[in-house]
Amino acid sequence: MYCETNGNSVAEVSLELVTKARSLANQLKVQVEGILIGNDLKGLEKQLYAHGAQVVHKAEDKRLEFYQTLPHTSIVCRIMEAEQPQIGIFGATTVGRDLAPRVASKLKSGLTADCTSLEIGEHYEKKTDTKYENLLYQIRPAFGGNIVATIINPDTRPQLATVREGVMKREELDTPLKGKTKNWNVEEIAGKDDFVVEIIDRQVEEKKVNIKGAQIIVAGGYGVGSRENFEHLFKLADVLGAEVGGTRAAVDAGYIDHDRQIGQTGVTVRPKLYIACGISGQIQHRAGMMESSMIISINTDPNAPINSIADYVITGDFSEVVPKLIKYYKKNSK
Amino acid sequence: MKSLKIIVLAKQVPDTRNVGKDAMKADGTVNRAALEAIFNPEDLNALEQALSIKDMVPGSEVSLLTMGPGRAAEIIREGFYRGADDGVLLTDRKFAGSDTLATSYAIATAIGKMEYDIVVAGRQAIDGDTAQVGPQVAEKLNIPQVTYVENIEKIDAKSMTIRRRLDNGFEIVKTPFPVLLTVHSSAPDCRPRIAKNVMKYKHARTLTELQDASEDYTRMFQDRPYLKIREMGVDDIGADNEALGLSGSPTKVKKIENVVFKAKEAKVISADDKEIEDLIVELIENHTIG
Ligand SMILES: Cc1cc2nc3c(=O)[nH]c(=O)nc-3n(C[C@H](O)[C@H](O)[C@H](O)COP(=O)(O)OP(=O)(O)OC[C@H]3O[C@@H](n4cnc5c(N)ncnc54)[C@H](O)[C@@H]3O)c2cc1C
Ligand SMILES: Nc1ncnc2c1ncn2[C@@H]1O[C@H](COP(=O)(O)O)[C@@H](O)[C@H]1O
Repeated sequence: MYCETNGNSVAEVSLELVTKARSLANQLKVQVEGILIGNDLKGLEKQLYAHGAQVVHKAEDKRLEFYQTLPHTSIVCRIMEAEQPQIGIFGATTVGRDLAPRVASKLKSGLTADCTSLEIGEHYEKKTDTKYENLLYQIRPAFGGNIVATIINPDTRPQLATVREGVMKREELDTPLKGKTKNWNVEEIAGKDDFVVEIIDRQVEEKKVNIKGAQIIVAGGYGVGSRENFEHLFKLADVLGAEVGGTRAAVDAGYIDHDRQIGQTGVTVRPKLYIACGISGQIQHRAGMMESSMIISINTDPNAPINSIADYVITGDFSEVVPKLIKYYKKNSK
Repeated sequence: MKSLKIIVLAKQVPDTRNVGKDAMKADGTVNRAALEAIFNPEDLNALEQALSIKDMVPGSEVSLLTMGPGRAAEIIREGFYRGADDGVLLTDRKFAGSDTLATSYAIATAIGKMEYDIVVAGRQAIDGDTAQVGPQVAEKLNIPQVTYVENIEKIDAKSMTIRRRLDNGFEIVKTPFPVLLTVHSSAPDCRPRIAKNVMKYKHARTLTELQDASEDYTRMFQDRPYLKIREMGVDDIGADNEALGLSGSPTKVKKIENVVFKAKEAKVISADDKEIEDLIVELIENHTIG
């Protein structure tokens, strides 16, 4: 597990992946080990122990304040060569998708990008009459979301994958593991050549909206019709303590900002409740919200595709239904 | 300042953004024939960055490199129309079935036969969405990479200053040459075709394409050598057969499924006040809301 950090904590996506790695490792009867690289990593390994990592490999150096491709590649490859893991997992983030291909190329092993699910399974190769057990099934959408492919890596190790943010559930153990730390000497691994690309400036915009972490999401589509109409959804979100999201069609039409887009090219969410207003439910949108525990669809079209994955279908105009939801929630809560 | 040699990696891809009903075969595989073949969108952003470097450093040369079947020569003609100086089609039956590792090996080996200061790729191709080939080519060439490029801020004899997009912001980095860039879709769109170039290059062909051509055509080629698009195969680049195609590809596709969503039994409600109030009460009682 390559673990990303942001300032003082391990990135959410890495904790999601450690949680997943724990269940894969249980099935395979192997250990989960994390890699942490940075300048000052004091204490961050504890977060990994709390989510199920047994060993944490730490590489600290003052030159490693921010992520850089070359030194991270050298360090990750050195650790993987020494430890010979069966599986290597990265977040499918800007960092993970920059680093993992370079690592895979150097280790000459296969990598599957942007997985949405990982499983353990077997494989039989007819041509060579070989049976493989305990392979990592790397499952991902392909072809613009129109198909789902299961990729395997029968002969090379480690089996490498990047995994999308938000698709795995993060869960802390009841009692954190008493893990072990292993320190690596960066001076020895990453030479001057690894620092030829210089970071001159870095501007990080705090994410204003946090739809990924929201328990309830009120989402609107093209059917909402205008930016003004979206106010209905913001009002409902307000009373429910929810966040507002939207489809790409709504974003493209300018009804709502891009950072709220849900779906294949937006964020993936898995809230407790997803209220879809004026959303037809094309495959690229469903890919980002179908794991929601409960889905309510409000649509004038009783045959909208989203209705087939909804738990409740309210057939009607959202501008009439949403105010009623607000009214009856206010009346019945408390 | 010394002029630069720039190689753009561009791929011809099926237009997965406009997938119609006949795009999927009954067995769940993709019917490539039903999809239009296009210039991978982010590779057009890459071409624009290369052409803008050429604007900044006059005398520089932009070459397009594409790996694919014979018809991918279309990509090279498109590059000529928009201002590229040269193009190479990397094509061989032995490349078939390559995953990103084998593809990047073939491309890097071909680049090794060419002169370059900068390699520019798109961030990702829309058929696979892997975004792996760029970084893997860089690793195989043993040169640094700068991914998600949005703009080239400054360029001098020894280095380039680049703005790159991050998940939540941006970064300005300075890199020496040679270097590989991958260009993000938020970078400027590619300039349009230049009418003069379309006239000049519309008859550009690879040798393979010429095989079926008439004699007049062959004569025209002798008069205008720039119309010949270079082709390279496994032997021309001196690649190791074992590292190509299926045998050079560690990843295998085990299963492909058409995306069919299982229909749930939904409870259908009307917009009637009473029904909506009942739903709200139910959701509050089972702690979904409130
Ligand atoms: C490569 C690719 C990636 C994509 N990525 C994404 C992505 O990440 N996220 C995404 O969302 N999309 C994505 N799309 C786009 C996707 O295919 C759809 O175009 C989009 O999701 C449709 O949005 P929509 O449901 O809002 O609009 P529409 O399909 O136009 O649906 C509008 C719906 O509103 C209903 N309606 C109209 N008026 C009312 C009313 N007054 N009250 C209630 N209902 C009403 C209509 O019946 C209809 O069902 C992607 C597409 C491609 C090709
Ligand atoms: N067959 C190919 N020929 C030329 N360039 C390619 C090819 N495949 C991938 N690339 C380049 O690598 C980038 C990333 O591709 P991918 O890893 O397939 O998403 C593309 O945007 C292209 O610039």
